[in-house]
Amino acid sequence: MFLTNIESVPGRKITAVCGMVSGSTVRAKHAGKDFLAGFKNFFGGEIKGYTELLEESRNEATQRMVRQAHALKADAIINVRYATSAITVGAAEVYAYGTAVKLDEVVAKQV
Amino acid sequence: MLDLIIIVGSLIICYFVGNHIEKNHYKDIQRREVALFKKRFVSFSKNTVNPAKVESSTLVSAGVVVGCDYFKFFVAGLKNIFGGNVSAYETVLDRGRREALLRMREQALALKADVVLNTKIETVILDPLGTSQNPKVSILAYGTAIKYVK
Repeated sequence: MFLTNIESVPGRKITAVCGMVSGSTVRAKHAGKDFLAGFKNFFGGEIKGYTELLEESRNEATQRMVRQAHALKADAIINVRYATSAITVGAAEVYAYGTAVKLDEVVAKQV
Repeated sequence: MLDLIIIVGSLIICYFVGNHIEKNHYKDIQRREVALFKKRFVSFSKNTVNPAKVESSTLVSAGVVVGCDYFKFFVAGLKNIFGGNVSAYETVLDRGRREALLRMREQALALKADVVLNTKIETVILDPLGTSQNPKVSILAYGTAIKYVK
């Protein structure tokens, strides 16, 4: 599965559009991590616990999107976008969406 | 009286600890930016130079969550009354954006990519509806890493 956030997969031709695919997830960390993050926030700087949380959410949302594309028998997802929103303190929603497309078989490589 | 001492005490501690963390973070960012300076990685355009010469394209993304310390939060609150540049928050956002971009570029470097196309930077405040905690910002940078045929 190719993922790009431009309107094509460079070097390949798009033969068919399968439609929009999306995946979203809401994740939270356990209360201990939230407490430590709150403490860290007091002094500023990077909050590693939450960076990790958003990383995991992003991976999960991407995987769900890819699963949808697989179900549509697509070869690539183009124009992938991410949107993040904070639901409550310590929980974030990540939404990934894009257009699932089919590609031609041959890799065009005329240099 | 005790409350006042606690508040002033934590403000002083936060001022020194927060400043120390920020200084170190900026040093780290600068060091990494210099290391990546000669590698032209980030592009905001959507077009490849020559699509036929592309070997692989991968989505790269990197995020960071930065918080602002209690002292900055306090100062920004005061500044807000009079208006003007709230420089306390500016540095937090600046650090976050540069850090996220650097991480994305380091990912591209690990993939041996030549350029990252259509770079997007997304900023989200993680404290909904002005909860009393000092704000945390999540910054995400992503783009399509392109590797050309050599």
